[in-house]
Amino acid sequence: MKMHQLSMFLENKPGRLSEPCRLLADAGINILTLSVADTQQFGILRLIVAGWEQAKAVLEESGFVVNVTEVVATEVVDQPGGLAGILEIIESAGLNIEYMYAFTFRCEDKAVIVFRFDNNDDAVSALQEKGVNVVSGVELYERARQ
Amino acid sequence: MKSFAIDNPILDAEERLPRTELKALQVHRLRETVTRALKVPFYRKLFKERGITPDSIQSLDDVRRLPFTTKQDMRDNYPLGLCAVPRSDLARIHGSSGTTGKPTFVGYTRQDLKTWSRMCARFLVAGGLRPGHTVQIAFGYGLFTGGFGLHYGVEEVGAAILPVSSGNTARQVNLIQDLQPDAIVCTPSYALNIAEVARGMGIDPRTLSLRYAHFGGEMWTEDMRRQIEAEMDLSAFNNYGLSEIIGPGVSGECMARGGMHIQEDHFLVECLDPETLEPVDDYSYGELVITALTREAMPMIRYRTRDIAALDPCICECGRTTTRMTRVMGRSDDMLIIRGVNVFPSQIEEALFQVEATAPHYLVEVDRPGSMDEITVKVEIRPEFLSDRMSVMQKLREQIGRRIQTVAGVHAKVELLPPQTLERSVGKAVRVVDHRPLR
Repeated sequence: MKMHQLSMFLENKPGRLSEPCRLLADAGINILTLSVADTQQFGILRLIVAGWEQAKAVLEESGFVVNVTEVVATEVVDQPGGLAGILEIIESAGLNIEYMYAFTFRCEDKAVIVFRFDNNDDAVSALQEKGVNVVSGVELYERARQ
Repeated sequence: MKSFAIDNPILDAEERLPRTELKALQVHRLRETVTRALKVPFYRKLFKERGITPDSIQSLDDVRRLPFTTKQDMRDNYPLGLCAVPRSDLARIHGSSGTTGKPTFVGYTRQDLKTWSRMCARFLVAGGLRPGHTVQIAFGYGLFTGGFGLHYGVEEVGAAILPVSSGNTARQVNLIQDLQPDAIVCTPSYALNIAEVARGMGIDPRTLSLRYAHFGGEMWTEDMRRQIEAEMDLSAFNNYGLSEIIGPGVSGECMARGGMHIQEDHFLVECLDPETLEPVDDYSYGELVITALTREAMPMIRYRTRDIAALDPCICECGRTTTRMTRVMGRSDDMLIIRGVNVFPSQIEEALFQVEATAPHYLVEVDRPGSMDEITVKVEIRPEFLSDRMSVMQKLREQIGRRIQTVAGVHAKVELLPPQTLERSVGKAVRVVDHRPLR
């Protein structure tokens, strides 16, 4: 139920972010969502794309070092308290969130949030136990295409 | 490492004199050196200005009344103006390559050559060489002191010499295979090169006959020693010297390998702060300033080597009583003074080497944005250590900063860089950029 995320370590300098995005665009790869964590000196770009293998190959061809990590995407009811409910499940299971970010699209009345947990497997079990829909990569790519 | 017998013969009684006797001998020889130096116009003039006569030397501390000699003084007296003997008394002339300017030449009398051979023989024996062994000499034979210095040192020990000289690495490997030498003499980086070429020829360097290596001629590190010993299955020993003083043989390691024993009956070594020229404490790094105590042809007074090392007066377990010096860890010309702390780029390199995640590509930038010096270390991170988690990268950054603080004693800003970010240089890498306004 986990999905693949690409991440890249970039210098915090003008132009460093546009280059990988341009490479993916030229290869016809659509970015489903992304997040950037940054300090003064460096940033970490995280990407979810349809076809991560091809995207990884395209980026590596141009000399980028690309890490693949597994993240968990869950549906969150798009109303007050939707996210809080999920976070409470995580908290009570004693799990830590490394970082999280949202997808740009919604499914019906639901938003989709990407989580990176310190232990993804435990998190998936805890969420599913409480009836939270953990979305697979394939399912997401399908929805993105609609 | 292949095992070696822990027999440890000490070649000369002078290597294990009681300290008081050694010091008395040094004072006596220092006075003789001043006498000989008076025959050199350059020194005669300086001594006259300072009112120095041989009787000025009553204790070892009196060496501090003597003037320094620098590389520039040698250039000013080019080619052999610092000789104290007539040209006809010279038995040989060696020289430096002159890569940093005009070459410099050094003269030797027959007695100087004998002394030199003995000095090399001492450290070779201390590092395992015995009569009956064969030594491959892969130092260049020529004006450079390495080749001939070690050649006659090996001869003095009574071992056999395989005088291959430097270069043609595949041939070096073939000769080792065919003639089975016990030891090799070269620079440590050339040893790594030999190992690499051997592997390229389908030969595991660990299976070669070499059991000992005697390295000198360049700066190297403990990490390099570990690497060479693992790759070639031998014991590597460090020795130190410089042509201006005599060549290799100023000091060398024994089996304990806890520093290089200085041949103090022939060389008086001071360790000074390169800025203040005051002596530093024992075990503290400073510039080595060497006076040759027995040289006939060229009495060298307080030569500023620019080499940075520390002195260890503790008596070694091997039985030698001589002071030991650490490996040379930098050049005083490269020294940075950051907020009053002496920092050597090699210390930063060592710190980075100790952190597994860092690649050997880095750049040190020094600036003074306000009134305080600031040092920034930019270092590339190995691909496998890059993480999607900020916490991991921040921790790595802090870890590198702490290592630099511990090894170099200075707080540095650390910038992590993706692989292949820093410009690669073809020749000597530029590792330090000082943006500070000229002081």
